[in-house]
Amino acid sequence: MSRIQAAFERLKREGRPAFIPYVMAGDPDLSTTRQIVLALARGGADLVELGVPFSDPLADGPVIQRAAARALESGTTIAGIFRLVRDLRRETQVPIVLMTYYNPVLQHGLDRTVRDARRSGVDGFIIPDLTPEEAGPWRKTLRGTGIDFICLAAPTTPPDRLKTLGRVSSGFLYYVSLTGVTGASLADESELRRQVGRVRRAVSLPVAVGFGIKSAQQAAQVGAFADGVIVGSALVSRIESAGRNKAAASAGRFARAVSSNLRASR
Amino acid sequence: MGESVNRKSRSFLSPKHLPDASGHFGPYGGRFVPETLVPALMELDREYAKARREKSFRRELAFLLREFVGRPTPLYFAERLTRELGGPKIYLKREDLCHTGAHKINNTIGQALLARRMGKRRVIAETGAGQHGVATAAVAARFGLACDVYMGTEDMSRQALNVFRMRLLGARVVPVDIGSRTLKDAISEAMRDWTANVRTTHYILGSVLGPHPYPMMVRDFQKVIGIEARRQILKAEGRLPDLLVACVGGGSNAMGLFFPFLRDRSVKMIGVEAGGLGIKTGKHAARFAAGRIGAFQGTMTVLLQDREGQVKVTHSVSAGLDYSAVGPEHAYYRDARRIEYTSVTDSDALEAFQLLSQTEGIMPALESAHAVAQIRKLAPRLPRKSVVIVNLSGRGDKDVQQAAEILEGKNAR
Ligand SMILES: Cc1ncc(COP(=O)(O)O)c(C=O)c1O
Repeated sequence: MSRIQAAFERLKREGRPAFIPYVMAGDPDLSTTRQIVLALARGGADLVELGVPFSDPLADGPVIQRAAARALESGTTIAGIFRLVRDLRRETQVPIVLMTYYNPVLQHGLDRTVRDARRSGVDGFIIPDLTPEEAGPWRKTLRGTGIDFICLAAPTTPPDRLKTLGRVSSGFLYYVSLTGVTGASLADESELRRQVGRVRRAVSLPVAVGFGIKSAQQAAQVGAFADGVIVGSALVSRIESAGRNKAAASAGRFARAVSSNLRASR
Repeated sequence: MGESVNRKSRSFLSPKHLPDASGHFGPYGGRFVPETLVPALMELDREYAKARREKSFRRELAFLLREFVGRPTPLYFAERLTRELGGPKIYLKREDLCHTGAHKINNTIGQALLARRMGKRRVIAETGAGQHGVATAAVAARFGLACDVYMGTEDMSRQALNVFRMRLLGARVVPVDIGSRTLKDAISEAMRDWTANVRTTHYILGSVLGPHPYPMMVRDFQKVIGIEARRQILKAEGRLPDLLVACVGGGSNAMGLFFPFLRDRSVKMIGVEAGGLGIKTGKHAARFAAGRIGAFQGTMTVLLQDREGQVKVTHSVSAGLDYSAVGPEHAYYRDARRIEYTSVTDSDALEAFQLLSQTEGIMPALESAHAVAQIRKLAPRLPRKSVVIVNLSGRGDKDVQQAAEILEGKNAR
């Protein structure tokens, strides 16, 4: 069983949703990211999503676009991110998922990416511009490695396609809460609850909800019906305003707030 | 990669079979987009497949191309240019005479008809030179659709006239002030808008780029250029041309001219990319000279990128060629050695801009001037008997101010 699967099993027994914070690796630099991830883990993160910066992030709004620009500015590469994860593994066993566009993976090499991921202790990948139809070579490379490939589903995804995504995805399914890019405003809660219900009936994997969750209160609302809650732009924007020296402390405080709200959500 | 091209290298003889059902041209093409957009792309693919089989759709498209766009455009024998260069007979395919001033409208008319069929009341577009934006704004006005056009702020300043044109036509021009502030950033922003508004909005992509079905569909709407040119040259010369030349930004005017000739093995084809300040300077947009395969803005193709897969910022005097990636079908025919690609510099293009103005009384767009510059280079080495068609993809009115600044700035020094 992968570290991600194990985490969701445990959370199920404990009867609470997973808290999954997202930060951009290398924003503002990799050593700060290291502090941030440790603070998030101590603050109650059940999984951590690390963004790999890309020059043209199609699925991201302005907050994460700016974070990617800062990370590239500081010279962040996918190889550097693998080294960071290897370092982190001496101090934390929190499952780590890389969220990356396909091109950086393609240029690093599919085989080499998977080998580096295994060696460093990366548990899974979310690749927002790699749909199941195009994912053949990547999935073949992942086979037998225990590394999860987490697919995204959207409000526009029709029922039969949800089933396909559920079959291709492993670890969990990432449900994009809104038709839009990261950082936009969340849809109406009861509609989201209905949508998540629809997704959960179609797939057997845990369903985590992300895009647009802005506060600890909203996280708790979504956590009442989802298996996991992903908080990205809201955290990244706190890191942006805190600045390098206060970023980790600010991220840790936010994580504690979200995680205690989530624990109270059910 | 090489293997799959070899395996398929015979199939370029029947280009009608490309792309395959999932939008691939050998290793290129496909659909690399956020999941939210996949259902919309599938719907577009289905609607387009249905529409192209319907007589009524084809009839309406043909009517609009004739009465609104002004087709067929002439295939014009450039007698003085031919004499001046002292080489082959040079014909110009006059896409500059299309309504709104460039070939772009061949595609926007087709896509506006599709948007209407799909019940989408709003269209969006990206634009570099502004020609595609103007062509989209014009058809949006013609069909009563709301229209937002994304444009990099760098391009807005060098193509100010087209910004005003779009506004006059009732479109909203949305400034894009991120990244390189040019075409690639405008495409990203348009795709983000589409992701948010996909249920009500159709994205009119302006070249043979992006996720399937766009490269195929835009090619199909543009191939009217080559179909006409083939008929016209057979009438004028009684034979096929020896060479076709076109500039390649995303590659829609080039593919439009080339496609109907792909099976005519005797016809050579050259695509001309923007050489900017020269390949060695790194300030250019010559994807085939310095690019590698990668996934970008919805498609697998050849693009300018660094070792890490970060997409590079390009440079060209011509906004319409200033883009980091090339259409996937071009990449396929480059590998298959059916189409040859080269580049000319900013200054070559500016000289050709003046040469055509002064020998023929035709001001080409700076994009099209790249094709003219290439034939100017080649002509002395080609036999006088041979026949060449140069695609004059657009007119130069939009570039006059920019050219004046560069050329008179130079004269003043
Ligand atoms: C006149 C003209 N020619 C050529 C191009 C390049 O596009 P494509 O390569 O798709 O024909 C443009 C793009 O803006 C243009 O305006």
